[in-house]
Order: sequence, then structure tokens, then C-alpha cells
Amino acid sequence: MNTPLSWIRAYVPDLDCNAQEYMDAMTLTGTKVEGYERLDADLDQIIVGRINKIEKHPDADKLVICQVQIDEEGTSVQIVTGAPNVKEGDVVPVVLDGGRVAGGHDGEKVSGGVKIKKGKLRGVESNGMLCSIEELGSSKELYPDAPENGIYIFSDNPTYQGLKLGSSAISALGLDDIVFEYEITSNRVDCFGVLGIAREAAATFKKDFIPPVIKEIGNSENVSDYISAEIKDPNLCSRYVARVVKNIKLAPSPTWMQRRLAANGIRPINNIVDITNYVMEEYSQPMHAYDLDQIEGRKIIVRRSNEGEQFQTLDGQMRTLDSSILMICDAQKPIGIAGIMGGENSKITDDVKTLLFEAACFDGTNIRLSGKKLGMRTDAQAKFEKGLDPNTAMEAMNRACQLIEELNAGEVVGGAVDIYPNRREKTRVKFDYTHTNRLLGTDISKEEMISYFKKIDLEYDEATNEVIVPTWRQDIACQADLDEEVARFYGYDKIPVTLPSGEAMTGRLSFKLRLESMARDLAQQFGFSEAQTYSFESPKVFDKLLLEPNDPLRQTIVISNPLGEDYSIMRTLPLNGMLSSLATNYNRRNKDVRLYELANIYLPKEDSTKLPDERMQFILGMYGKGDFYDLKGVVEEFLEKIGIKKPLTYQPNTNRNYFHPGRRAEIYYEQESIGYLGEIHPEVLDRYEIGEKTYIAVLDMPKVTELANFEIKYMGIAKFPAVTRDISMLVKKEILAGQIEEVIRKQGGKHMESYHLFDIYEGEQIQQGYKSMAYSICFRAKDKTLEEKEITAAMNKILKGLSELGIELRQ
Amino acid sequence: MKEKLQTLKEAALSQINAAGGLEKLNEIRVAFLGKKGEITSVLKSLKEIAPQERPAFGQLVNDARSMIEEKLEEKKRTLEKKLREEKMKAETIDVTLPARKPMLGHRHPNTIALEEVERIFVGMGYEVVEGPEIEYDYYNFEALNIPKNHPARDEQDTFYITDSILLRTQTSPVQVRVMEQKKPPIRIIAPGRVFRSDEVDATHSPSFHQIEGLVIDKNITFADLKGTLAQIAKELFGQETKVKFRPHHFPFTEPSAEVDVTCFKCGGSGCRFCKGSGWIEILGCGMVHPKVLEMSGIDPKEYSGFAFGVGLERIALLKYEIDDMRLLYENDTRFLKQF
Repeated sequence: MNTPLSWIRAYVPDLDCNAQEYMDAMTLTGTKVEGYERLDADLDQIIVGRINKIEKHPDADKLVICQVQIDEEGTSVQIVTGAPNVKEGDVVPVVLDGGRVAGGHDGEKVSGGVKIKKGKLRGVESNGMLCSIEELGSSKELYPDAPENGIYIFSDNPTYQGLKLGSSAISALGLDDIVFEYEITSNRVDCFGVLGIAREAAATFKKDFIPPVIKEIGNSENVSDYISAEIKDPNLCSRYVARVVKNIKLAPSPTWMQRRLAANGIRPINNIVDITNYVMEEYSQPMHAYDLDQIEGRKIIVRRSNEGEQFQTLDGQMRTLDSSILMICDAQKPIGIAGIMGGENSKITDDVKTLLFEAACFDGTNIRLSGKKLGMRTDAQAKFEKGLDPNTAMEAMNRACQLIEELNAGEVVGGAVDIYPNRREKTRVKFDYTHTNRLLGTDISKEEMISYFKKIDLEYDEATNEVIVPTWRQDIACQADLDEEVARFYGYDKIPVTLPSGEAMTGRLSFKLRLESMARDLAQQFGFSEAQTYSFESPKVFDKLLLEPNDPLRQTIVISNPLGEDYSIMRTLPLNGMLSSLATNYNRRNKDVRLYELANIYLPKEDSTKLPDERMQFILGMYGKGDFYDLKGVVEEFLEKIGIKKPLTYQPNTNRNYFHPGRRAEIYYEQESIGYLGEIHPEVLDRYEIGEKTYIAVLDMPKVTELANFEIKYMGIAKFPAVTRDISMLVKKEILAGQIEEVIRKQGGKHMESYHLFDIYEGEQIQQGYKSMAYSICFRAKDKTLEEKEITAAMNKILKGLSELGIELRQ
Repeated sequence: MKEKLQTLKEAALSQINAAGGLEKLNEIRVAFLGKKGEITSVLKSLKEIAPQERPAFGQLVNDARSMIEEKLEEKKRTLEKKLREEKMKAETIDVTLPARKPMLGHRHPNTIALEEVERIFVGMGYEVVEGPEIEYDYYNFEALNIPKNHPARDEQDTFYITDSILLRTQTSPVQVRVMEQKKPPIRIIAPGRVFRSDEVDATHSPSFHQIEGLVIDKNITFADLKGTLAQIAKELFGQETKVKFRPHHFPFTEPSAEVDVTCFKCGGSGCRFCKGSGWIEILGCGMVHPKVLEMSGIDPKEYSGFAFGVGLERIALLKYEIDDMRLLYENDTRFLKQF
């Protein structure tokens, strides 16, 4: 929403503040001003001058020498111009030596303007410049009285009769104005019109608000002899007001109206169109004008469209409608899409004789949805969408008719068609000023509060202790809404600053969040940096990751209105985000990249009315330095850190196809899988265009969280010596270290303290299909020095267990 | 004998003095104090002395011996010190050679900003809670006084899953979930991912983060809201930071406000960073709407409260002067390593 200050001043004549003060004060009372533009920011020393004499330039065919009178006293300056359209006697805008214009006559603006200095043009002295509307920073579009090409000529526009020479051309053209840009919140429908903002401005600056005085006018005829109306669907159209104007005299609207519209960025067209636009800006009430002679049966019917109906709007486009879209129809056919755009078949043409003015109130939601369906976005639609006050319709209609008469644009027929089945009445809201003070933490008197209300036309009924709310303030419905009105006019900045009292409370992170923080710390200790990736991705990801066609992870939560296929499903696997991020790094030649992410996957439930299972995944990914076992180490360090004491087991038989089939494992704690890790399948790497071996580990945080335990009990440092036994074995290749270690754990007895693999070898000297493995096993008792025979007994049990796996000791 | 002892002593001391190394020193020890050493042999010849003089002479010998031992020890320390010094001199390294750093990872700037906020609020007695990212329409909209077809739904372009399930557009639904489950007093913040259907560009992302705050108790006032947020702004952006509350509209708070903080780049005098205004818009807040309290089972006659919501990315971008939001989701390590 934009409005020029001059238009606000038209209703708040005493408003005396500069642009910055206006912006700050309005923003603090809730009408947020985003910024402002001075139309004359780049204009300087531009006055009204008259060309008294024109001579040919001796050395240039396209230039002429003008003697320009620049004041009433007769001072004259010589200006050379190349403009084709000037003649002696023309009154024109003149920029004097040392002044500035906004840009070139091609309409190209120059930031800061262009300084004009006296000089010589082809040897002839020139002391300034005659200006086109473009050089003054505007356009022919907004100033239709300007010539197509050339200097703006005041004397061609009768409005400017009597313009004093030497006076400001900037004010004459209405360019001494400031246009404010507002951000109006959706609850303040009234402020989408100039009058609404003016009311707020008056209240803000404590000045009088003087709205236009509307008189009901019209000739002695009765509108009902011309037209009748019927609303078939009162839910979608709460009011329909129509009036008739005959003997239309199409003409340009007066300069004052053109200038005001121009300052709002609206292009003047002709008196009728301009009046509808003017009233829409003023009241935030869209209006439409139909050619009455095109309306069959002298009847307006407001009804829903037929399914699949075709309709040509006045922009020439064919539209396909459905039964949710509200139409304005005559006795035979549709003539407009309600609230959005009129029809080609009833639009005003140059030979219009009689017109029908419409000011209606349509359901905002319906208009919004219809606009979306049709892919249309008109100014009228934007206003209706907010949900207008039906009571404004008649006032706006009468305002329009009054302007018709003022502008002598036609003869207004007496009376109005007004279909208004359910009149909206003023509402009453109980008011308790003590509540206001309690809620705000203030001590404002009741009288002061009521004075704020008065300024914005909220009446107070002393007898019932109620505030009477006008229908344009649909946002005020309860005490809290009144509290806000008080707060904003008292001043948010004046409300005191305190901290909540009441009992002290303990702040904390949830256990889940604490664990996540530990995961971050640990990953970072091992060189992993934190990534964040999107939760939605493409369904093509599953093929890219080589998932089987029937893999349950292909069952996803699907977004019904995604930004595109690439963002259309909620991820069930955290791999794609990680691999994409690693690929970005690889592509940018970053070396030794390690990333982690903590983010949810979303697993749908069978019952689709239930929310999905959101599972936090801790994913680590890396390429460059390090391999499978390094990553495995990080996983184990983390799990140990959060108190998972028992050893994990790793199961290589997993169907996670995105991993190298010989380098992947499911991570088990006791009987439950808590995650997985592996080297990414070369095929997958190719698809992500990663040229290095890449490893990924994923831990399912909900399961990990269940296992986490931060209770620590000190164990005592061993006092008695440990005894170590090394064994070297010949092992079939397919036997896993995990199997051997399980035997050591099971058979090692209570004194077995630890074990570790210190050598593994296959190749020369080892027979085909076998590998050599050597473990060091450590025994210790808490309470004594172990005897040789105890250790031997334990070792024998271990060896027996190993031999059951077909393992022989190497001699 | 006495003379001999004196000569020996002097000889020993001068040899000790002259000794250039530990080996030589050892030789001297053996030569004088060893089993067959000269002082030892003097002691052995004690019997040649008159018995009544023996104790005195014995004392003399022992004194000589102690003295030589002492001198030997002293010389040894000197020599060792010298040796160590020489060794260390030879071991001199170029301390300006590059350090060998362990590879350490870095937190995401969003997380750093979030943890900062969490730290401040936890210190003020707030509990950090979470809610689902895929949410019921009821919690995301209806219970927040945004009924079906409310224009505010259009302002937050929503990704829908079904008619009743959506990707939450704000963290505010967590407010409702907390109010339904807990009795006041309530003091929580709820950080998390939210989603809106905005195309990706330098200032928009379809997925970003918010931090929601909610305080419900008896006698909570708008003044308390002002005080709390002023405190947070100071903690987050520096003690000099001022806050400005501007009236605004949110369906679930009344009165509502938007909050600006003084530009931390120019301190409020106006710069390119704050587009000359001296202020930067940072969050939305307000007193919880009585309808919202009621719908969540809290009696608005007994309790009042305030709520606020802040964009995490907004804080991170401002704090670290990141000029393009897309950088946050690319995960280029050259970016991440700067935090």
C-alpha cells in the first residue's frame, strides 16, 4: 500500500510533520511505514517560465534559441533547446543554471539527478533547460496531459491558467509530494484505504480527521426502472449495491485527480475509470462499471458459475470457470467474475451512454481461492481478499456518484439498488481498564484510555461499560484487542520494562538434546564438521541409492504441494543429504572432508491420519584421510562416551545396497540394530560424482538415547600384575574377527581383562583361503596375583572354543 | 703423614679442577677414594701412627675424604649442567615452523547461534523442549487462532501432506502442545525446523529454523515481555543493544509486537547494514491471545503470558555477516570451518 502525503493531508489538514517524523510515529502506533520516496528528491530550481521568443540556431538545424521569461517582473534568460514541440508563448517548466533534473528525456533516471549548468550549445549561450515530464522523473503514463515527445507545456492544460511565472514548477505538477510505503497487517482491512490511514495519522498526531462529506445525489428518476439485482448465494456476497449513471461524457479526469492517482502509481485513463480507482484507493472498496446497454434483461444476478463454463474477461483472456467461482450475470449470461475482473462483453467503451456502477462485498476467502484457481491477481481482488466491511459499499458508491457529478461526467440516476440481506451492525465489547493495566504492566487512567478510543472512532458507553466498535474494525472483538489499542496509542516505548516475577524455575535441556550436544562434541573431536540439509528430497533418490523396488523405505510422506519433484518427499534415509554435501565439497576440490548431521527422518505410519515417526539420525560421512575402521572408531568412541559399556557386534549381512557389498555392517547392541556403517558403493559414488572412497555411518538416536547412561562408578585401579598371553592363529578367510572375539569373551573366564588384535596378515606363506591373526589376551585378578595354572586353564578353554571354529594355532 | 695427606688433598683438588669430563672425574675418584686409592691407603697406614694420635689423624683423613667427595660432586654437577646445556643447544628447533594441528570439526553457525540462545534462556530458568516437524493443522493453525481460510494461512505458504497434516510453518504449535500438557508456571523455548514454500534464494529457504518462547504464569505483563527480550538482546548482541517494540499483528497474540534491535554494526547511527535506519528487525512477540490460552485448557482469567518467535537463520546471518542464506545449506567445509 502506497499513499502520498498530500492525500493524507486532504483529510488531516493540520498534519505538520516531516517525512521521517511521520514514518517513525506511524510505525510506533502500528501503521508500519516501510519507507518513503520524495518525488522531487532529485529536482532542484525548476520554475515556471514562458517562451517569449524563438529563433533558429545559426549553426544547428535541430536547435532553437528561446528567450524565456522566468518571473513576473520580466527577467529573461536565453535557453537553447532541441525540443520539437515548443512555440512562442508556451509556459513550460524550466530548470535554471545550477539546478537539477531527475534524468534524461528517455525516462532513464540518474541516481542523485543531473546537475544543469549554463554553457554553450554549438557556440550559443544557454542558461538552463526546458524540461520534459521524463526529465522531471515521471512519465507520460502518469501525466497523460504531457506530450508524446518533448517539453511539458503548462499552457496546453487549462487547469494551469494563471500560473505565476517564476513559481515552482515542481509544486504545480504535484511533484512536491512524498509517497509512503506501508506494510498493513491483515487484520487492519480499513487501512488498505487512504481514509483508514488518515484516521490513524490523525489519532497518532492528535489532529482532527476530516473525511469527505458525502451527499446522496441523483436525478428524479428511480434506479429500479433501469435495473434490479438478486444475490443467489448470500454467503459469498454479503451486499450488492448498484447505481446508474446516464449521459456519460467520457473525458480525461481533472488534473488534481490525475496527480493524486499518479502519486499512488495509478495510471489515469478517463474520468469513469479514474473515479472507480480513486474511490477504491480512498475507501478500499473496489468498484466496477458496466455498460448498462450490454446488460440483458435489466437484471443483475450474483451466482456461482457453471462447471467448466468459458468466459472472456475484459483483458481479452478466455477463462475456464468452475462452480466455486462467483459470477456477476445478467438475465442471460455472465458479465464479470465477481470481485476479480469484469467481462469483455460488458466493458465500458468509448461510446458508452449509460453505465451501471457496482460496489459489492464479496467473501474474502472465496475471492482468494478463485483468484488462485484462475491464476489472476487484480487490485480489486487484493482488496476483497482481506474481507471488507459491507457498510463501506454504499458510502463508496455515493462518493463515486458525487465525483461523477463534480466532474460533470454524467447524470446520476436517483436511488440505489441495495441487496443487503444481513446488515452488519456495530459490536459492543466489554471494557475493563484495570485489565488493560494489569496486562500491560502500566498505570494509565481510564479517561486517557477512552480518549485514545475516541480518536479512532471507538465510542465508549459509560452506562454499560462497553466500547462500541464500528464495523470497519472487525479486528476488535475482545478485551485483549482493546488492550492493544490502548498500548499502541499510549506508546509501546512508554510501557515499563520488568522481568517476570513468580517462583524461580530451573532451566534445562532435555536428555535428548544433551545427547545430541555430546554427539556434536565427539564428531568434532574427530574432525567432522556439522552439515544441515533439507528434510525433503526427490523420490528419485531411492534409485540413486540402489534401493530394492520393494524396499519399505520407499514408503514416504509425500508433500501434496511441493516446490517441485526434487523437494516432494520427506526423507526416510539421511544419506542423500550427506552424499550431496560431500559431492559439493568434492566438486570444489576440498580435501579430506568429514561432515556430520543430526536431523530427522520421517517414517510414515500405517494409519495416515497419524503423524509419522520422526527419528533423529546421527550421520557421519567422510572421504580422504581415514577408512572404514577410523569411522568405526568414531562410532564406538561416541557410544562409549554416552555410557554404552558392553561391546557392539557388527553384522556384515545387511541389505543396504548403497554400501560396498564387502564393506558394510549393521551395528548391533545386544539383539537390536542401532545403526549401520560402510563404504559407499562405487556405483552410488559415480552417481553423486564423488571420485574418492567415501564412508558413512548412521546411528539411530532414539535407540541410542534409550541405551545411554551417564552413571559412573569408580572401579579401583588394579593393584595386582596382569599376565598377557599372545596367540597366533591360522584362520579361514570367511571367519570374522568378531567370531573369534566372541569366543575369547565367552571362554576367557572371569579374570580375562582385555584382548586386542595385534596382527593380521594374508598372502605369502599363508595358505590360500586363510589368514593369519594374532591376539594378545590379558588376564588379571582384582585380589591376587594369578597363578600360572589358572591362566593356562583359561587359555585352554579359549583354544578349545577356537578349534571348534576350525582355527589352528600357528606354531 | 700429615704432609702426605695435605699433598694428596691438594693433588686431588687440582686434578678435579682440571677435569674436563665425567669419565676423568670418575678416574680421579678411583685414584683417590677407590679401594686401592691413595686416601684409602693413607687410612690403611693408620696403624703406623702413635695410637694416641690416631683419632685426630683419622679425623683429618676423613675430612680430606669428605672434602674431595664434595668437590667431586660439585664438579660433577657443573659438568652435567654444561653437558645438558650443550645438548639443548644442539636441540634448538625452529619454533616458527608450522604447527601440526589435530583435525577438529566445527559446529554449524545455526547451531552456534542456537546454543548461545539456549544458554541464555536456560540461565533464566527456561526449559528447552521440542515438537514434531510434521504437525497437525490443528496445532499449527487452529489452536493458534488461525481458523481455516484465515488470510494468515496465505502469508505462510504451507506445505501440506493431507488436509489435516502439514509441515509446520512455525514453532508456535509447540506452545500449544506444552500448554496442553503442563500446568503453569511455564517457561519454555522450543527451537526447531520449520517449512514454508519459498523458492530458494539469497534470503529465502523452504526450510529454516525458529526459536519459540513461551511464559505463562499469574500476572505476566507486557512489561515483562519487554524486559525479557531486552535482556536477551543485550546478551546476544552486546550490552549496549537497545530494543524497540512496534505494534504488529499475529493471530495468536494480542497485543502483538515486532522487535527491532539497534544495529550492532553501527550502534544505531545508521549504516548500509541496517539500510540507514539504525535498527534491525529481529523477532515477533506478544501477549498470548486469551482464545489460545482457552483452547489449550488454561484459564485466561487466572493466567496470562507472553510468547515470541525468532528466526534462527536471521540471528546467524546477522551475527556472522553471512550475505547469502544458501551458504548455510551447501555445507562447504571452507564455509563451516570459519565458525
